[in-house]
Amino acid sequence: MIKFQMPNLGADMEAGTLVEWRKQPGELLHRGDIIADVETQKGLIEIEVFDEGTLEKFLVKEGEKVPVGTVLALINDGKAEVSESAVPEEEAAKPEIHPIEERPETPQKKTKKGERIKISPLARIIAEENHVDISLLKGTGPEGSIVKKDIEKAISEGVQQTQETQKKTDEVKEVSAKSAAPNANAMRMAVAAAMSKSNREIPHYYLEKRVDMSKAMDWVKEANKERPIQKRLLPVALLIKAVAKALDDVPDLNATWENGILRKNEINIGFVVSLRSGGIVVPAILQTDSKTVDEIMENLNDIIPRARAFKLKSSELSQSTFTITSIGEGGADKVFGLIYPPQVGIVGFGEISEQPFADEGMLGIRPVVDVTLAADHRATDGIIGSKFLASLNRHLQNPEEL
Amino acid sequence: MSDTIKITYREAIKQAIREVMQKDERVFLMGEDVGNYGGAFAVSKGLLKEFGADRIMDVPLSESGFTGAGIGASLAGMKPIVEVMTVNFSLLAMDQIFNNAATLLHMSGGQLNVPVVIRMGCGIGRQLAAQHSHSWEPFFAHVPGLIVLSVGTHEDARGMLLSAMESPDPVVIFEYTFMLNLEKEIPSNSGAVEIKKAKVLREGKDISLITYGAGVYKCLEAAEALKEEGIDAEVVDLRVLRPMDEETFLASVKKTHRALVVEEAWKSISISSEVISRIMEKAFFDLDGPVERLCGVEVPIPYPKDLEDASIPQVSDILEKVKKMLKP
Repeated sequence: MIKFQMPNLGADMEAGTLVEWRKQPGELLHRGDIIADVETQKGLIEIEVFDEGTLEKFLVKEGEKVPVGTVLALINDGKAEVSESAVPEEEAAKPEIHPIEERPETPQKKTKKGERIKISPLARIIAEENHVDISLLKGTGPEGSIVKKDIEKAISEGVQQTQETQKKTDEVKEVSAKSAAPNANAMRMAVAAAMSKSNREIPHYYLEKRVDMSKAMDWVKEANKERPIQKRLLPVALLIKAVAKALDDVPDLNATWENGILRKNEINIGFVVSLRSGGIVVPAILQTDSKTVDEIMENLNDIIPRARAFKLKSSELSQSTFTITSIGEGGADKVFGLIYPPQVGIVGFGEISEQPFADEGMLGIRPVVDVTLAADHRATDGIIGSKFLASLNRHLQNPEEL
Repeated sequence: MSDTIKITYREAIKQAIREVMQKDERVFLMGEDVGNYGGAFAVSKGLLKEFGADRIMDVPLSESGFTGAGIGASLAGMKPIVEVMTVNFSLLAMDQIFNNAATLLHMSGGQLNVPVVIRMGCGIGRQLAAQHSHSWEPFFAHVPGLIVLSVGTHEDARGMLLSAMESPDPVVIFEYTFMLNLEKEIPSNSGAVEIKKAKVLREGKDISLITYGAGVYKCLEAAEALKEEGIDAEVVDLRVLRPMDEETFLASVKKTHRALVVEEAWKSISISSEVISRIMEKAFFDLDGPVERLCGVEVPIPYPKDLEDASIPQVSDILEKVKKMLKP
């Protein structure tokens, strides 16, 4: 039996609301299947499953907000023993003895998704405090609305949750599972929490290097000549690929710091996408190093609109190992980033612009980009960062090899 | 508490007038037919003999004129009680009340108080037809600078005037002509009542009936009858329509979680509109259902008895409404 937990989708996430189960008990699960939608401060995220097995039972109902790490469901992988612990045994022990749900699951007709439930303001507060799933109730108030009396009846009949979950809900008071797009304030708070943590805990050091982009730009121009507009490359795809290669050369920066450096096997580069409504999200380009520049471009074309529409998968939010922030055209010359914890580095690309550039005794005007690296001084020293920037420069001078 | 006495609403008002006149020589009553005729509704009957024509003053049929004279007298240090026979004629005095009485403290930079008390007969129920049956409390309650009282009980009939006379600012008192002959028991030592707060007249836990004026006894009667239905209704008499005491009715709603506002004035832009707005603003999350109201039907008040009765909330309407709200 495998415990399927509320995933951590970033350093700033403390809890998530399970909005919808996409699979039902009894269904066969394959690695990569979307099992549920979870609402976080970053929007509605599709949660993938990384195990094979049969979905045994749900432990958290739709609409519940639970802390990261809470067991959401049990997946039967054929082994009797429960893998993963870190959670109270009681909850998990039960289903082993009674593999079939003992409580009649949704005896009343469940309110259809999207249908507005009529409930009095008072009843809603009492339901939230006592963790009653109002979609299961039938109202007896005006216009069939759910009123205080109905909630009290439900509580006395035990439609309520265990004490365990009640305690948890006390910790996370505000429950709102309404729209896919989080409000601007929630997003702001998420960014604030992550960046405050970063600035508070990570001793940053900064390095900067000016990179001649003439070869890279020529290569992009050449490559785009034969392409239809939809398939054209942007220089940023090349920059991302070059960073992936440089990380391969200097693996100490492709790591996390949690009381010690932990190098990551995969290079998944997170790319900062700013949202029109304010705030940022950082979806990952999975296994960036093994993707071609074309594939990275395709990935960007897919992931940026989805990030802006708050439609990312859990893996894309939780798996990044390093971050790139790129200013793009018409912006600042340089950007000095804050590391996204628990990562240990972030690279910032300013605008690529024409600058006087001295090379081999000659002064010329060339497209140039100012690259910065902010790195965690607990994990690495300046020499490592310097090696990384040098390696990055080298790769960008040989674009055809990328 | 000591003994109680049985008294009509009319007699309670008369005793109040007599008491304030005995207490303070500056007090005088002025109004149409208050002297020789004894008052259009016999409220001041006998007072002329007791206090003389200087203090029980008949005035010409000119509401604007004599109300203005009353305001002037109060500015000059007297303590006039101006009786506007009924609210129906008060429109003619409105310029004086709204533009002078209500504003002079402000316009004089705080130098001039206007301690005038204006009493008006009010309400429906005597088959006086469309022009003589108005419930215009909302008009007056709209105006900052006025204190607007609604006399819904015999205790308030006996006591509100006493407190109003102490006010440095203009007070408009609405009395309900329909209730003049109604007899009730009040404590024999009844006297001044405070005029800043609404009052919970009956405690209950299931619903708040919020009302004023002629609605008060109707709601109390309905609440009594609702006991048989197992419904425990609380009755709140607003009493002070301006400045409105929201604390009292908000506390009641927060306790019962349901509310019905009952008034005889026309529904739109009324006292109930204001009460419900404040409940929405300040007690929304305590509500267990929509706030509802029973108000005057928005028609010119009809003359025939059955139609007149049908144009305002009756006890049976309140019963039916509450049952529908709590046992849908």
